[in-house]
Amino acid sequence: MAKEIICAGFGGQGILTTGMILISAGMEQDKNVLFYPSYGSEMRGGTANCTVKISDKLIASPNSKHPDILLTMNTPAIDKFEERLKPGGLLLVNSSIAPDDRTYRDDITVVKVPATDIAAEVKNPKGANLVMLGALAAHSELFSVEYMEEAIVSFFEKKGKGKFNEKNVACYRRGVEGK
Amino acid sequence: MAKVLLKGNEALAEAALAAGCRFYSGYPITPQTEILEYLSWRMEDVGGEFIQAESELAGINMVLGAAAAGARALTTSSGPGFSLKQEGISYLVAADLPAVIVDVMRIGTGLGDISQGQGDYWQLTRGGGHGDYRTLVLAPDSVQENADMMAEAFDLAEKYRHPVLIASDAAIGQMIEAVEIPEFIEHDIDKFDWTIKGCKKGTEQRKIQNIYYTHPDYETYLADKYAEMEEQEQRYENIQVEDAELVLVAYGISSRVCREAVEAARAEGLKLGLIRPVTLWPFPVKAFEEAKAAKAFLTVEMNILGQMVDDVKLATCGKYPVDHYGSIFEIPEYDGIIEKAKEMLKKGEV
Amino acid sequence: MRLVAPETVTFTESGFCPGCGHGLAVRLIAEVMEEMGLSEKLLTIVDVACGSLNIDSWRFDTIMAAHGRPIATAVGVKKVRPENPVMAYIGDGAAYSIGLAETMHTALRNDNVVTVVINNSLYGMTGGQCAPTSLPGQITTSTPRGKDTKKAGMPFRVEEAFTGFDIAYLARGSMADARGMIQSKKYLQKAFEKHMNGEGFCLVELLSACPTNLNITPVKSVERIKNDMIPYFPLGEFKDKKEEE
Repeated sequence: MAKEIICAGFGGQGILTTGMILISAGMEQDKNVLFYPSYGSEMRGGTANCTVKISDKLIASPNSKHPDILLTMNTPAIDKFEERLKPGGLLLVNSSIAPDDRTYRDDITVVKVPATDIAAEVKNPKGANLVMLGALAAHSELFSVEYMEEAIVSFFEKKGKGKFNEKNVACYRRGVEGK
Repeated sequence: MAKVLLKGNEALAEAALAAGCRFYSGYPITPQTEILEYLSWRMEDVGGEFIQAESELAGINMVLGAAAAGARALTTSSGPGFSLKQEGISYLVAADLPAVIVDVMRIGTGLGDISQGQGDYWQLTRGGGHGDYRTLVLAPDSVQENADMMAEAFDLAEKYRHPVLIASDAAIGQMIEAVEIPEFIEHDIDKFDWTIKGCKKGTEQRKIQNIYYTHPDYETYLADKYAEMEEQEQRYENIQVEDAELVLVAYGISSRVCREAVEAARAEGLKLGLIRPVTLWPFPVKAFEEAKAAKAFLTVEMNILGQMVDDVKLATCGKYPVDHYGSIFEIPEYDGIIEKAKEMLKKGEV
Repeated sequence: MRLVAPETVTFTESGFCPGCGHGLAVRLIAEVMEEMGLSEKLLTIVDVACGSLNIDSWRFDTIMAAHGRPIATAVGVKKVRPENPVMAYIGDGAAYSIGLAETMHTALRNDNVVTVVINNSLYGMTGGQCAPTSLPGQITTSTPRGKDTKKAGMPFRVEEAFTGFDIAYLARGSMADARGMIQSKKYLQKAFEKHMNGEGFCLVELLSACPTNLNITPVKSVERIKNDMIPYFPLGEFKDKKEEE
């Protein structure tokens, strides 16, 4: 298994945390993992993106020319990365932000989740990225739905933020359901 | 120790402490700033000294003082800031002082830009400052090697009483990978007699200055010192070189992509190999002895002028065509490398 | 003053010109060290200019640092060896021109190092060029028609620039005569006492003769200190933190 994922969205949407959760989950399974953030002046423009690679083999470049999965949390992220997605790849769209009438490539799987709305409903506005991770787990074979949940819980516990996990898991599970 | 997820720059900083480094002075510049930021709090935790210097010039000269006083001293920078450190590096060499200096390379000449690059090869391997010298240069290719090379760098620096450079790059510095930080070791500042500590009555005064002033046989000493480093310290990794028709030569971030290229090329029957210099100086000439089936060599570097090409030509005594695959805005992709390799083999120039 | 030089000083190996002020400064420093019982502990950092010759004229562990950088180097030394007295010994060119940033920021941080600045109003090692301390109209090898203050500015006065910093000590002495020497020695002693108390940055500037580069006799060179230099470079203590508190 070798998977390349690009996560992208606004700064503050937890994009980098999303990437870190994914590689932590990979590391716990003894996979080779790599996380490459956008940095410096690029970072200050308000958009954030990171590349995540999880593989049984050595990982070469930190860049991903043709990712398997694209997790987007706003429209500019789709604009920027959709064309790079591998044919047959998975595009996760935050439908709370991306317009309903937007059209997508027809050779990819598009999964729309109203992540920002769900996070607000669960009263965990910072958990929109976890809703997206729920959708990712449900629609890809990267990690099982159960393992991804454990990985999220363990990630926040290790950071000393275990007290948020109830609401975090609520976000995640809604993401798995997709609504 | 268990593996942890760390940014390359942070792993390097923590590993420096593990290697007994207790003095750091540096100046912020992207993409090495995380090293400075990390040590700004972590150095205090381990009882060492951290100074955010007023300039790279001050930073490197503080390192010179700390090294002369016996500490394992570190400074780090990138491109433009690394240029400013050359004065101090030249003085460290002149005075036979050990220290470790990291260049987290970014792209470009002058200001350049903050993205990843490998444009400082000449500066790193040809001395960089004024005078008649070179320094040992280690080139990590992963977050783990960023960590593993710190103790090695300090050991080499002390072995030869010579500064050691680490040629990292923005990609290695900014990426996060799982890493095991080496065990912490203690460094004794009184380990060597030559370090300044106060001159006891009736004992010989310690002088840290250009050894040219005092060495009874300076010319021989200098020639022998460099000859020994060249003979003893060549480090490299050869990947499927023996039967390779075309051998890639790449270090750091580019070498990782070349590994991928070798594998992909061989899957389609093209015999590629890879020589990965781990020391950029001394250049691993010995690695090329294994390239018995090679018809040509191709360096893959994140610069446009092909800075390593001359060294490959020298290592192969000018007997083979040597070309360069460069890309500076993006990390090279394996398919582009394979394409270039095919072109070279087809051209009949080999 | 005693006639026997401290054991830490030997002038047999020094290369100073006749009438040079460096030898006097070395003697003063060595005496202060001996009297304070610090001779076996002092770590010194000299500049590459004329003062560098001290590496052979005193018996203290010494670094010869790059031009203008000895104070930065001294900071590095002091951080590693906090128990030892650490002194940067430099000229006015190093302290106030090429190394002014290092001098300023060491003062700004109030780093605990002693800096002794030998001010002879010119660049000695390179053959007598104009320095930031050169006097108005002074003939030097780079101002053959006299220093034009409209182009090169007025002489740099360390007290004007540095008394605003939260430093431990700042003083200027003269090495023109016995009275000046006694006063200068007191300043040096005070600086080292404060240094050993960990009070912070101490800078003592000493006005010094340079007959060779001024192309005058040693006697005229010390008279010049009294008649021409002191009007621009007043003697005294400009910062003495403990007294102020």
